[in-house]
Amino acid sequence: MKKQLSLLLAAGMTASLLAGCGGGASSTASESTASESTASSAAATGEAASGSDLSADITMWTYPIGQFGDAETVDGIISKFQETHPGINVTVEYLDYTNGDDQVTAAIEAGTTPDIVMEGPERLVSNWGAKGKMLDLSDLWTDEATADISAVSESVVSACKGADGNYYEYPLCMTTHTMAINKEMFEEAGALQYINEDGTWTTENFEKALQALKDNGVDTTMIVYCGGQGGDQGTRALVNNLYSGQFTNADHTAYTTDSEQNKKALQQLLDWSNEGLISYDAAAQASDELQLFANGTIAMTLCWNASNQAQYASSVSFTPMAVAFPSDDGVPELCGGIWGFGIFNNGDDTKAAASKEFIKFLCDDPTQGPESVRLTGFFPVRSSFGDVYTGTEDEERMAQFSSFMQYLGDYYPVTGGWAEQRTAWWNMLQQIFTGTSVDEAVATYTTTSNDALAAAAA
Amino acid sequence: METTVKSKKLTPGKVIVDVVLFLLAIFFIFPLYWIVTGSFKDRVAVNANPPVWFPTAPTLDNYQRLFDNPALLWLGNTVLMAVAAMALTCITAAMAGYVLAKKRFPGRALIFSIMICAMALPKQVILIPLLKEMSFLGLHDTLLAVILPTVGWPFGIFLMKQFSETIPGEMIEAARIDGAGEVRTFVSVVLPMVTPGIGALAIFTFINSWNDYFLQLIMLNSTKSLTISLGIAKIQAEMSNDYGLIMAGAALAAIPIIAVFLAFQKYFTQGIAMGAVKG
Amino acid sequence: MASKTKAKPASSGGEVLTYNKGTFRNSALVRQQTLAAYLFLLPALFFFVLFVVVPMVMCLVTSFFDYRMGKPLTFVGLDQYIKMFQDPTFLKALKNTFILVIVAVPTVTAFSLWVSSVVYQFSAFKRSFFRCIFYLPVVTGTVAVAVVWKWMFNKYTGLINYVLSATGVIDQNISWLGDERFALACIILILFTTSIGQPIVLYIAALGNVDPSLIDAAEVDGANNFQVFWHIKWPQIMPTTLYILVITTINTFQCYALIQLLTSGGPNHATDTIMYYIYYQAFKLNDYGYGDAMGVILALIIAVLSAIQFKVAGSGSGD
Repeated sequence: MKKQLSLLLAAGMTASLLAGCGGGASSTASESTASESTASSAAATGEAASGSDLSADITMWTYPIGQFGDAETVDGIISKFQETHPGINVTVEYLDYTNGDDQVTAAIEAGTTPDIVMEGPERLVSNWGAKGKMLDLSDLWTDEATADISAVSESVVSACKGADGNYYEYPLCMTTHTMAINKEMFEEAGALQYINEDGTWTTENFEKALQALKDNGVDTTMIVYCGGQGGDQGTRALVNNLYSGQFTNADHTAYTTDSEQNKKALQQLLDWSNEGLISYDAAAQASDELQLFANGTIAMTLCWNASNQAQYASSVSFTPMAVAFPSDDGVPELCGGIWGFGIFNNGDDTKAAASKEFIKFLCDDPTQGPESVRLTGFFPVRSSFGDVYTGTEDEERMAQFSSFMQYLGDYYPVTGGWAEQRTAWWNMLQQIFTGTSVDEAVATYTTTSNDALAAAAA
Repeated sequence: METTVKSKKLTPGKVIVDVVLFLLAIFFIFPLYWIVTGSFKDRVAVNANPPVWFPTAPTLDNYQRLFDNPALLWLGNTVLMAVAAMALTCITAAMAGYVLAKKRFPGRALIFSIMICAMALPKQVILIPLLKEMSFLGLHDTLLAVILPTVGWPFGIFLMKQFSETIPGEMIEAARIDGAGEVRTFVSVVLPMVTPGIGALAIFTFINSWNDYFLQLIMLNSTKSLTISLGIAKIQAEMSNDYGLIMAGAALAAIPIIAVFLAFQKYFTQGIAMGAVKG
Repeated sequence: MASKTKAKPASSGGEVLTYNKGTFRNSALVRQQTLAAYLFLLPALFFFVLFVVVPMVMCLVTSFFDYRMGKPLTFVGLDQYIKMFQDPTFLKALKNTFILVIVAVPTVTAFSLWVSSVVYQFSAFKRSFFRCIFYLPVVTGTVAVAVVWKWMFNKYTGLINYVLSATGVIDQNISWLGDERFALACIILILFTTSIGQPIVLYIAALGNVDPSLIDAAEVDGANNFQVFWHIKWPQIMPTTLYILVITTINTFQCYALIQLLTSGGPNHATDTIMYYIYYQAFKLNDYGYGDAMGVILALIIAVLSAIQFKVAGSGSGD
């Protein structure tokens, strides 16, 4: 009888457990039905309802972009937003770059995507936008906004626009990706002389600097990392700049890594590696490389920007100095990063409207806009914001980076087949450093990537 | 009695075997040791070369930073998930295993064959359809989306069938002659006989469900429903070289389950062994 | 009564699966029994059918479609399967998967048999101690195991490079997980440590169940250790070996999380396995149809291998 009792207990426990787990689901379900009914009633009363009357619960997912990965900061923004929009509740989830894409994929397939997502055009526009999962944000791109953003950079405007002419991203901030050096290490090796005052340098001087560091006993000057998911912009920029090659053609319809300039650059990296001037590590990811730089183990990193500088400023025991990628003509062409917001097409007009209100608040509000930009640690895409760092403690540090903005090159991460290209890129580097000839590895890479581009367009 | 079958004198060969075995034991326990000690090291000690074999100045800093995340919530979610999966699996599998072993009915062989085939299929293969299904049922991003597929996995039924084979048919007959109904027979005769099996299955399901990182990654996405495995994976993704913090997370994920294992290991080893050997 | 005739001691192993249809047909009691059996099966079947069988069928069906995110679903017949065998990365992943299985499964089985045959003769305490030690990596959890090994294998701050260079085995740090020559071996090593726990538990129990009088008799007849093992113990632990082979094969094929967390299939596809490649196609490239087709092939391979193992082991222990 005791057994029977315990079995009953077990059954009861399971039932209550299930009830406990199921609770979340049912309440979510009822929430969504509730908001749907508000949606239809809102539609019935007409679109005239102004932003502040909207009532909706929206969700936003952010990738770790500056302090937008930090819950306390974001909660602060939301409560400010609710002062003018008391009816709109924003729930935020924080993704990471390793698992985030898988989670978004799962959410898309499960139909549980958030309303707002914060990232850049390579995801918002050329991935999810191109696959029809995002809402057209053309109404956010007013003439005023478009003119204001164009005044900073035309390429930001075009990067946010999909192939179908719809805008799938509303941008907040941008930056250039640069390198950084360990200033003291360079000083000690007498290598600082090879860098121009404005942070640019030539390929020839770059080699001299490597040699000087090596002669001064620096074991590992820099690492061509080829592992993992992110940070590929660093190795790409290095390869493209050394002999002024291009990553894609001008209209982004072909990958052009097989150009003579790029092949020459890859061969040069291999030669340097063979001479022991640089290292290569197929297991290292950009984050590993960055950590080694921060530890003072290696003399430079390929993966630097204003946000990294801010993040590492307090924890490093040396002076990290941002420099451009070395280029044969001394004029670098830097790859940019553009971050902003997109809205998933969840078929709920009220939520979409509320999401737009929140995005407008984050990006366009005269006080919150510049503040949002400062939180990312990057530069505004709007010319009217001026220098958002004037008068802040970051002014000096940011001035260093803003001088690189003039070298901002083409924004090519919107090219089709980007995800395949990325994997193929790592593989190409891995092949080259382990004995495959540059010609062969590059040919494989270019074929794979261009095939993927064609398949994506089909 | 098998323990002292042959306690012969010490030979050099035996000593060597013992030493080798001892070294292997160190090798197997070392990763765990490195997790636990690593979690108490500060940033300097974690990256030190030569390595710090034992943290001479242990710090709780990693754990403090770990608990800046909702780590206890993650742990709670994981326990809730694993216990629910365990309880449901044990109940359904014990019932199904018993009838598959002890009753003859049309369709029995077919059902059992399908289950054996499904057991070999890697779970990841069906993730996308499963995702669609969970979304259809409105369960995506709830713990049920992780629990239900774990319960559905037929390994438990297979194990419990193996176990139930060992129940002497006379006992079931005797119960029936005494007038016990099906439920009474199951509860008062069958269950006590297969308790070690249920113990093994319980721990097994608990461990599996705890560890099924990818299912969790796909099915759960809001911070409030994350599990500890996902939590560490997330921390690792964000702070890939902060090994102290990562080790603290790993320790937090590993220690409860090791404790469960050590507490019930007798049942577990007996159970799992009986189930397989009696096949 | 049909059920009464079946009530033989079940431990006789090869139980007959057929039943006497004649007695079945006209017995109301049997109908009642069948109903009872299905009622007992119902909860398990409910979960099994809903969350395993249904998605399996969906997976099989979509493998005949071009099924990608953001594209209309179109029937393509066997195209996915044809594409698969022309895809060099898939073929490499297939090869790696087989290397993994061919190396890991026999090693795990042989090693756990060796450890068990030493350990099972120990005193109860020592036996239990070693059983726990070898089982610990299994319960530590995949993610925790993966992160600690990743740290130990690190080129710059990893313990393994330190130990090897301190003892003079290597003169330059090696990027273990980043070198095509070592990466797969490293994965196999980690897989090995997390795989032998269960086989050891099983073998210790199985060896403990071998009838000691048979061993004594053989020893009296002058059989040496090896002969005792080969002629007495080996046949008796055959069912256990079979079971271990099957579960280790299945586990090895499913080895996925380690690869995702440690190498993402790199360097240069050196650690790509079918499992990982399915994940890559489905979640990175959102080509679900292709992923599903590979899943079907993987399931077929595992099913065939398991069948072969049963067959071989079955004929081996036929006496």
